[in-house]
Amino acid sequence: MPLRIYGHLVAAKTRADFQYRTSFFLYLASQTLISFADMVVVLILFTQVSSIASWSRSQVLFLYALSGIGFGLADLFISQVGLVSRHIKAGTFDQFLLRPLGALWQLSALEFAPRRAGRAVQPVIVLAVILPALDVQWTPVKVALVPITVVCGAVIFGAVWVTASSLAFYLVNSQELANSFTYGGSFLTQYPIDILGPWLRRFFTFAVPLAFVCYFPAAYIVDQPLPESIPSWFSFAAPVIALASVVVARALWRLGIRHYRSTGS
Amino acid sequence: MRPYWEVARRTFHKMTTYRGATFAGAFTNTVFGLLSAYILLAVYAQRPSINGYDAVDAVTFTFVVQGLLMVVSVFGDTEIADRIKSGDVVIDLYRPIDYQGYWLAERYGKAAFYAIFRGIPPLIVGALVFDLRFPTSVSTWLAFLLSTALAVAVGFGWGFLLQLTAFWILDVRGPNQLGWVIAQFLAGMFIPLFLFPAWLMAIARALPFASILQLPAETFLGKHEGADLVGVLAIQAVWAIVLIGAGRLVLARAVRRVVVQGG
Repeated sequence: MPLRIYGHLVAAKTRADFQYRTSFFLYLASQTLISFADMVVVLILFTQVSSIASWSRSQVLFLYALSGIGFGLADLFISQVGLVSRHIKAGTFDQFLLRPLGALWQLSALEFAPRRAGRAVQPVIVLAVILPALDVQWTPVKVALVPITVVCGAVIFGAVWVTASSLAFYLVNSQELANSFTYGGSFLTQYPIDILGPWLRRFFTFAVPLAFVCYFPAAYIVDQPLPESIPSWFSFAAPVIALASVVVARALWRLGIRHYRSTGS
Repeated sequence: MRPYWEVARRTFHKMTTYRGATFAGAFTNTVFGLLSAYILLAVYAQRPSINGYDAVDAVTFTFVVQGLLMVVSVFGDTEIADRIKSGDVVIDLYRPIDYQGYWLAERYGKAAFYAIFRGIPPLIVGALVFDLRFPTSVSTWLAFLLSTALAVAVGFGWGFLLQLTAFWILDVRGPNQLGWVIAQFLAGMFIPLFLFPAWLMAIARALPFASILQLPAETFLGKHEGADLVGVLAIQAVWAIVLIGAGRLVLARAVRRVVVQGG
């Protein structure tokens, strides 16, 4: 039932967005351009050096593609929850609580923006090009790990988005704080997380588990060693981490809603 | 000049009320600075120096740029465009003060606020975590301030042009974002221009966007002195005049399209 309403709302929003057609396509183009620019950055860095933390160019591009698709999916379907802070500030969040559908469903449907789809286009192309170019002995496990990683990556990004957006119930102007974990996370996961200093690396492994988005699984696929102190089974732990992230995100979001007090006079 | 000064001053004061947002933003700039710095250090682990810039230069560059992002407004505002869309632009045009001048004054008010509250925190954290290279002479600090002030004007000129598209297509988010992504990339926000291959660096340096981030950050690092410094500041000034002048021309055309309803 929620899924049907969600579908209707998303379809309506898509039709609405197509009304400003020029702007829609320009925005779509700019979204594609953002992820294209991220790729160009990797390519430019590799004109100066032949490896980054012992990862080759195609290996880093592989990370870029996995992270980009996961982030693109989360950006398209979940990132709208970030707008909750605007609704709280404007006092329009109350309407979400009055309707017979979860606030998360409504937010992600009502603010659905098909123009964001541009974000995942470039990484998909890169993945298609880079997979055959990777110097990897493909085993059934490695093959299966690619789609699993993409899905789990999207789920982890989505959970981070919901968790970070839950802050809006406590701090009114929290959207940018959330950005440092979401957009910052997208930026970070394109590179081997090994490059970070030890405390930041631990933070992104155990506190905000972005290292599981693509770094740990990709390290197994391309035969790169994990940092010391990281057990090798972490490469296969993404589904468990994704599930746990969802549970935590859901709990924090609900806690936030319970804490919510409407603004107004 | 008095009304423009007042606009800038009041904008500054208005900004000081958004404390939470300022803190959150400074935090984000700092996180991005840290992440970029680690990526650049991984690159520099392979080579001691690239195009005359060493690892300390590169890391310093990153934090200076993160601090400048809001000052020069590289994410673009839509305030002008929103007022065009809503029709409030008519009130703005009626004011007994120049339309573009009003928004430029407003931009400088914001820039001054961001310079203090968004510019300094990332630099402090950066200096605590990494080895940074600060200007050693008063003249370098002054040159950096001047270069930043010019960068604000160049950024304003570009953003003003992008927002004027609202006179023609109403929903300005598309052109605004497209225009700013290109500017960000060629200004050195994603990675410094000195890491670009020679041909791409030549293109980027020939365009106005380098004046928005790359040139002030280079000035901070003390890469320009004497006549060279004067040249850099002159380039920025020329781009500011060209873009702001173009904005005036487009505005003059756009205003002819405005039809005021009511009476």
